[in-house]
Amino acid sequence: MTEINIVKDAVKKHGRKRESLMPVLQEIVKQENYLSEERLMEIAKEFDLSSAEVYGVATFYSFLPVKPMGENVIKVCQTIVCDMKGKEAVLDAIKDKLNIVPGQTSADGKFSLMAVNCIGQCSNAPAMLVNDKPYINLTYENVVKIIDEYQS
Amino acid sequence: MEETRILLKNIGKINPVSSADYVAAGGYKGLKKAISNPEAIVDIMKDSGLRGRGGAGFPVGLKWSFTKGTPSDQKYIICNADEGEPGTNKDRILMSGDPHSLFEGMAIAGVAVGATKGFIYLRAEYPYLLPILNDAIKDAEAAGFIGKNILGSNLDFEIEIRSGAGAYICGDETALMESIEGKRGEPRYKPPFPGVSGLWGKPTIINNVETLCNVPQIIDKGAEWFRSIGTESCPGTKLFTLSGNINNPGVYEFPMGVNMRTLFKEVGGGCPGGKKLFAVQTGGASGAIINAEMLDMPMDIECCAKAGAVLGAGDLMFIDESINIIDVVENLIEFFVEESCGKCTPCREGNTRLLEFVHKFKDGTAREDDLERLIEIGSFMQVSSLCGLGQASPVPVLSAIKNFPDKFIVKSDERGQN
Ligand SMILES: Cc1cc2nc3c(=O)[nH]c(=O)nc-3n(C[C@H](O)[C@H](O)[C@H](O)COP(=O)(O)O)c2cc1C
Ligand code: SF4
Ligand code: FES
Repeated sequence: MTEINIVKDAVKKHGRKRESLMPVLQEIVKQENYLSEERLMEIAKEFDLSSAEVYGVATFYSFLPVKPMGENVIKVCQTIVCDMKGKEAVLDAIKDKLNIVPGQTSADGKFSLMAVNCIGQCSNAPAMLVNDKPYINLTYENVVKIIDEYQS
Repeated sequence: MEETRILLKNIGKINPVSSADYVAAGGYKGLKKAISNPEAIVDIMKDSGLRGRGGAGFPVGLKWSFTKGTPSDQKYIICNADEGEPGTNKDRILMSGDPHSLFEGMAIAGVAVGATKGFIYLRAEYPYLLPILNDAIKDAEAAGFIGKNILGSNLDFEIEIRSGAGAYICGDETALMESIEGKRGEPRYKPPFPGVSGLWGKPTIINNVETLCNVPQIIDKGAEWFRSIGTESCPGTKLFTLSGNINNPGVYEFPMGVNMRTLFKEVGGGCPGGKKLFAVQTGGASGAIINAEMLDMPMDIECCAKAGAVLGAGDLMFIDESINIIDVVENLIEFFVEESCGKCTPCREGNTRLLEFVHKFKDGTAREDDLERLIEIGSFMQVSSLCGLGQASPVPVLSAIKNFPDKFIVKSDERGQN
């Protein structure tokens, strides 16, 4: 299959109406982990929108990255409850295991780390998402274990 | 103190996906009644006194009456499942444990005002709820509770899920509609209000998850039953999310008007490690930070407001004596700087300025006129910002200054010098 089909397939699945733009962008992120310039331009063409318009929508949302992401995306909550309850230990564990800080991708391309705002696990803080999975009541030790699992 | 489990009654007890389980627990009776007499629903909702649970507390029956009274070829019901307010995770509990009660509430709203299509706008931070919601929708369709000709009637009501993409502002009702329409989630100017002109310009009801989950039992058991719970101005129960420095964090259901001290001591079990409670942030990140001495407070909209607190979505974040309140305020303003959509100046610039001032208090370089300017800018943002984000974002810092004046120390003798 040629590459261009990713966008065409997403449009076939979700439609070409303006309201389908977000689902299409989300679909590409699901498959490629980010929105490359090339994809944004292909999408703009499919929707008959300017690429600036599409770029404007994508960059408005923090879960629609326009920079390459690793195979696994770790989203650590940085907001107040997690901040009070030990998000630093979570970030320390990730730094020690993967040598990355928020905004970076590990050298092997396996992990990207994002510091994100409240993920709705405040009564189980501190918390993070790895891809689609929530991890709660985190400590330095259990973060190390979780990353071990993804590495094996 | 025992919980009053009305909204949470099925949580953990039924298979959330199964409509048969939900029916066995008394579900979909409200929808049946609604279909037999759609005309009566809005009045029952008005009589019940139910107020929105998403933060603003707007009367539900009144909101629905606007949409009912606006003729249109198409109307929509939106469930606001964006639950972005830091300190809140009650809607997640409802959606993961009893999604049919949400669908039933939405369908009743649709029947009441003549809307045939509903959207659930689910935040991107809850991707793990998608399979549950999708399966439950399929189950409800197969059983005839939603979809075409619901319960054998000539009425249709379809439900579709739309995912957010990580933007707090999309919890605002008009920003959310922009987002569903495939645009940047920037709030619209109001009026027109969504009830009359909302999604794609059509009359639209938008309600919070918890609000909609209240509807089935109100229709089934009646307005009088509902009014027998809670307070005069805020009938019913409320879900409270307890978080922060508390022994038993979690989501609990109590009648409106329950005392905050009860929630802290008996339900929450106090602060861990025998530490002393220092402050409580009420109503989420954009709510007021109150002094621990103000703990005796009945939790309903009016009582909280009178005492300088905020009921909001029922969030209580407990802060013990080991935490520096300036750090808390700093983190909260950083949140708003990031989440401001940038459409209007008071919020876009104001939050950045507030953060600069707070940094001065943090490193001990603030002067008297910094405090005055901070309060001035914050107060200006409250009255001049376009949407609730900018209007409420100064509340934590302003309330902290009021309730903890000795934490905002200024070098008053240096006033006027550089
Ligand atoms: C910045 C901002 C964020 C909001 N976030 C939410 C939210 O996550 N969930 C919600 O139900 N309401 C949220 N609201 C309130 C909605 O605009 C709206 O009032 C609510 O969905 C109405 O439902 P209700 O009357 O049932 O409470 C937010 C408002 C603002 C200004
Ligand atoms: S108040 Fe803030 S979030 Fe709301 S429209 Fe203005 S800039 Fe955007
Ligand atoms: S503040 Fe971290 S999950 Fe809500």
